[in-house]
Amino acid sequence: MAPKIPQQSPLQHSDTVATAGGIPQHAAHPTGWRRWVLTTNHKEIGTLYLIFSLTMFFVGGIFALVVRAELFQPGLQLVEPEFFNQMTTMHGLIMVFAAVMPAFTGLANWMIPLQIGAPDMALPRLNNFSFWLLPVSFTLLLSTLLMPGGGPNFGWTFYAPLSTTYAPSSTTFFILALHIAGISSILGAINIIATILNMRAPGMRLMDMPLFVWTWLITAFLLIAVMPVLAGVITMMLMDINFGTSFFDAGGGGDPVLFQHLFWFFGHPEVYIMILPAFGIVSAIIPTFARKPLFGYASMVYATAAIALLSFLVWAHHMFVVGLPLVAELFFMYSTMLIAVPTGVKIFNWVTTLFRGSISFESPMLFALAFVVLFTIGGFSGLMLAISPADFQYHDTYFVVAHFHYVLVPGAIFAIMAGVYYWLPKWTGHYPNETLAKWHFWFSVIGVNLTFFPMHFAGLAGMPRRIPDYALQFADFNFVSSIGAFFFGASQLLFVLVIVLCVRGGKKAPAKAWEGAVDLEWTVPSPAPLHTFETPPVFQSTDK
Amino acid sequence: MHADQADGVKKTVTKTVFALVGMFAFAFALVPLYDVFCDITGINGKVATTAKRAIGEDVNTDRFVTVQFITRTSAGLPWQLSVESHQVKVHPGQMTEIDFLFTNRSQSVSGGRAVPSVSPSAATTHLRKVSCFCFQEQQLQANERLTIPLVFQLDNTLPDDISTVTLVYTLYPLKESDEKPSVAKNMNNKNQEI
Ligand code: HEM
Ligand SMILES: [Cu+2]
Repeated sequence: MAPKIPQQSPLQHSDTVATAGGIPQHAAHPTGWRRWVLTTNHKEIGTLYLIFSLTMFFVGGIFALVVRAELFQPGLQLVEPEFFNQMTTMHGLIMVFAAVMPAFTGLANWMIPLQIGAPDMALPRLNNFSFWLLPVSFTLLLSTLLMPGGGPNFGWTFYAPLSTTYAPSSTTFFILALHIAGISSILGAINIIATILNMRAPGMRLMDMPLFVWTWLITAFLLIAVMPVLAGVITMMLMDINFGTSFFDAGGGGDPVLFQHLFWFFGHPEVYIMILPAFGIVSAIIPTFARKPLFGYASMVYATAAIALLSFLVWAHHMFVVGLPLVAELFFMYSTMLIAVPTGVKIFNWVTTLFRGSISFESPMLFALAFVVLFTIGGFSGLMLAISPADFQYHDTYFVVAHFHYVLVPGAIFAIMAGVYYWLPKWTGHYPNETLAKWHFWFSVIGVNLTFFPMHFAGLAGMPRRIPDYALQFADFNFVSSIGAFFFGASQLLFVLVIVLCVRGGKKAPAKAWEGAVDLEWTVPSPAPLHTFETPPVFQSTDK
Repeated sequence: MHADQADGVKKTVTKTVFALVGMFAFAFALVPLYDVFCDITGINGKVATTAKRAIGEDVNTDRFVTVQFITRTSAGLPWQLSVESHQVKVHPGQMTEIDFLFTNRSQSVSGGRAVPSVSPSAATTHLRKVSCFCFQEQQLQANERLTIPLVFQLDNTLPDDISTVTLVYTLYPLKESDEKPSVAKNMNNKNQEI
């Protein structure tokens, strides 16, 4: 399914400038599989990341369907509860660390150099290494399912001591896999920061950068700040399990609540790591198809930075029921609600950009618009959960599941799909089949809402999450959710079909594939040649 | 890449690597920091694990506080922990003694430790334990029963809005590695410290 990236186009080859600098030009391009394994080209690595992510999206999706199949009816039918727990855990881990995060890194690899007029990423070899860590990590993680005692079964949040004292023996492999994935994200983040800060086209100031670049810069800083904390937590787990320490073991003087503090100090910024780049994609697509400049560029940048900073101060909203003192409950309740303000600024700016625009509804735009509406629903349920006294009722129910799936599926994942449809013409030189893409969109929107909307009601009525069986009164909601889930899952095959067809042919796309598109990537030919911007482009700063 | 760009990249990478190492160290530093923070504020409900001296405070007979006791065993330790009464009413300042009964229900000797937790956490720093079985590990012979008292005092500065304090004791098995002879037996003398 690899997009055909043409070998070097002579047009773009101006060795004079490029060889004067640091990176030696690749003398010969390896061919066949070695081309992909050894590549240091940001476009090829971006493609690898995207293919990996799409594959894992289906693997994680199948796990979710096992869960939904079991929950189709009350009672235990298909799988053992122990296996059910492994499925919920693996679904969460795979979707977060192997589907959503690598998809954004893949888009960053492809698009950031093109959007800032750089010839490649700053550290191309490191880039290759960060990618190849991922298949290693997740092969290891998936292999735990086959180990004696089974794979991780303690939820994607792996609370200790459930994940230490009471964990299956494969947990050490889980920790190793997570360490490797973490190193991969960290290296990716270093590369992205180094690229953005040092390799912009002459004349491009920070405040001239497209928002996708801005949001990724801030995301990369978040990654640098919190991935080491995750590494620290899992290292402590490793020591508790194998070396007799008691970081999280109350019997030995440790504190299980400390685990939650450390985990969520990572975990909350992590959820923003999964949404900020999505904000960037949507901020590129909406102005393009509304044919108007983005409303409030500077406020978008500041709002993103504000969200990132605040995200360090709200972690305990995941822990309202652990027995926090009253002042802490209040502090984390108000700080969480405060995040809704910069988030609201963004929604306002997108809507205002649409206002009086001359809008057309191509598939990227449809996904972006659905993002705005459905992500907002997720934001509102988040606000409900932020009300600490109410959260005592909602915590660990399906209401939380509904909340985070609204922000992650029609949020992060729709934005990724919007980005894929938006940039496919640039990657392949062909427009995606618009009819099929529209079917994919409508099926996805219907599927997502069928699956996740009833979960709000099930949760408010008290259905606990992560349980393979449930009381009879929840049967109808779960019936609808399961049907929706299979519908949604099946419609994602359309997505693959559209991509494959688009790689193989289709309506030819010009350099500027969309009428209203403005950023630098639309100045290079479609499909983008393997090497671009070896001579830095002349960047005209327009006042945004 | 131009030479100046390559320099810039090097600088950026150096800075980010420093930040990374710093954050990794920070995660570990949080462990002792958290303990210090909790010791001072008592917010994780962990009471001091060493005996405090009784303070000769005036007993505030105008005020009653309910103190509840909950005992739990955990997997892997065939013990039972019970308490003579699940609830007592005390005055702030008053010294109270209450008996806990440890029973080893297995045919072999084993070691355990009772880990306390106080709720609401705001009461933690106002609970003064003069003597408690939780300061030490216990060792019980097969089928042995052992009565050990808890002697405590709530101080007069206990916030007014607290009318109930709950003390939870959870029994944990000693890990093989730290099973050492216990001094619990010496505690059997009830009037030792009072
Ligand atoms: C207005 C913005 C938001 C607010 C006020 C908010 C608030 C909350 C609160 C209070 C919880 C804890 C609920 C509980 O466990 O009882 C929660 C859970 C969660 N949120 Fe949000 N949230 C917001 C946006 C987001 C975004 C943008 C994402 C990700 C893209 C996200 C992902 C999650 C996840 C994954 C969980 C559940 C974690 C778990 O326990 O498995 N949230 N949110
Ligand atoms: Cu959060």
